[in-house]
Amino acid sequence: MDVRSNRLAEKRLRKIKERLIEFVLFLAALSAVATTTAIVVILLYEAAGFFEHVSLVEFLTNTQWTPMFENPQYGILPLLAGTLVTTGVALAVAVPVGLITAIYLSEFAPHKVRETVKPFLELLEGVPTVVYGYFALLFVTPILQIFMPDLPGFNMLGPGIVIGIMIIPYVSSVSEDAMRAVPMSLREGSYAMGATRFQTAVNVVLPAAFSGVMAAFILGISRAVGETMVVAVAAGQQPNFTWDPREPAATITAYIVQVAMGDLPHGSIAYQSIFAAGLVLVLMTLVFNVIGHLLRRRFREAY
Amino acid sequence: MKAQELEALRALIAQHKRYDVLFGVVGLVATMVGVVTLLALFIDLIIDGWGRLTWEFFTSFPSRRPEEAGILSSWVGTVLVMLVTMLAAVPMGVAAGVYLEEYAPRNWVTTLIEINVTNLAGVPSIVYGLLALGLFVYILDFGESILTAGLTLALLILPVIIVATREALRAIPTAIREGVYALGATRWQLVSEHLIPYASGGILTGVIIGLARAIGETAPVITIGALTFIAFLPPAPFTIDPATGQPAGLFDWLFSPFTVLPIQMFNWVSRPQPGFILNAAAVGIVIIVATLAMNALAIWLRYRIRNKIKW
Repeated sequence: MDVRSNRLAEKRLRKIKERLIEFVLFLAALSAVATTTAIVVILLYEAAGFFEHVSLVEFLTNTQWTPMFENPQYGILPLLAGTLVTTGVALAVAVPVGLITAIYLSEFAPHKVRETVKPFLELLEGVPTVVYGYFALLFVTPILQIFMPDLPGFNMLGPGIVIGIMIIPYVSSVSEDAMRAVPMSLREGSYAMGATRFQTAVNVVLPAAFSGVMAAFILGISRAVGETMVVAVAAGQQPNFTWDPREPAATITAYIVQVAMGDLPHGSIAYQSIFAAGLVLVLMTLVFNVIGHLLRRRFREAY
Repeated sequence: MKAQELEALRALIAQHKRYDVLFGVVGLVATMVGVVTLLALFIDLIIDGWGRLTWEFFTSFPSRRPEEAGILSSWVGTVLVMLVTMLAAVPMGVAAGVYLEEYAPRNWVTTLIEINVTNLAGVPSIVYGLLALGLFVYILDFGESILTAGLTLALLILPVIIVATREALRAIPTAIREGVYALGATRWQLVSEHLIPYASGGILTGVIIGLARAIGETAPVITIGALTFIAFLPPAPFTIDPATGQPAGLFDWLFSPFTVLPIQMFNWVSRPQPGFILNAAAVGIVIIVATLAMNALAIWLRYRIRNKIKW
């Protein structure tokens, strides 16, 4: 009798312990939600302080961004233009090269080549961005200056190209996954009709993997938009409302870094302005991420 | 079929076969763009920075004279920040991964958590810096310290560790779980004595990749206000501070101002004097060797695990 009641008590204790552990693990998992919430709350809170002083209309339409000047102007357009131009240059590099790499690795490359090259591409992803910044400023830009003697030392072209190379592994690995998910029977059908490898890849595999490939591009865009150090080092950190990639300019991210480098008093408008800029950045990447994930889900469900 | 048509058909086929060969070459070239860039980057850094990599470079503080400047304060800062990051991110990430994979019921809360993990992986790193500036520096009042930087980078690499943990757990066959349950074990006994040890290789891979990313992160650490010029080391526990004569507490170093390697590089690359550019290249070599070595270790580990474990 005694033994049994002891065992029952032990069992109850065990159950409580199990529940407790499960709860602790749940809290750890909830930290992801807490982080997102904290990001949103902090950005909204500080940006709200900013928008008390600056109207939304001025923020969105003014073409000057000079928070450090005596007569400060707060128009996000120059920063937005800088961000879009560098992203555009990056995509002009990453989309064709990434897509060709993906088609090659998925449809053409011998097994051995793929196994050798993929770790290298992964390493490319692992290089710290500040090192890429050095590379853009002191290697790529001087090379570009050989072909374009008028190119200033700080410009958006060099960093844009480097960001493009940086996101190639990202674009190519997601597109490659999408292409490999295309069932073999489609390829076999195409070969049976007498198509070559190239015809099969371009006319059968690529259309079948289309939404996955688009997802890869969009995820690449969101990477490029959020890239900071390459542009902070090599694009000049000077807000400049231009669509010409040969000119120096600042992006949203570069502006945040530039302000954070100086010691800003907590609560000043310039301090709050980096949160407003950050909010714009988060909204931009959020839109791209959501579209990217929707597209990626679609290609997963296709077969 | 006339001979002429046959000839035209043959030409067409030959042409398309040539396209195949041509694309084989173009594809190889495109694939090599990444590899060549990596090599160019590395060679460029070595040409510029190799000469500066002396013993003194690692044991000197930064200086106004480039040839005397070193990276003592920044590499110590990086090591300490990584220590905090690891201590914070590994338990949290593994616990979250275990919960999502082994415990979580299929309901909206779980879905919400999963969506958040995926989305956090896509948030630009500088945004974590803004979060930390508002939350850790000002609301929680940790200051611009090693603790703040470590926690910020821990949040940044949390999704990496969670995803790695989940993948490692998913690879363990259900039969193991059923066998352990059949012997009357509780869920926590299953997790702590079987699943986590079996998944440890995969988890370790994720941790290494996460830390390699954290070492090179610059933007969030700048945003929280890391300084660029630090000519002292954080107080070691129980050493006497010459200014006050008081011994330092066990955890005083957590609240010390600091700098890290990528910030030191950013600072030097932004200066016009050519001497500092060489220093920047030298730090670049140090950072890149550290991250690439960690990444290579992770890739090798993953390869070994894949080939070695046969359930």
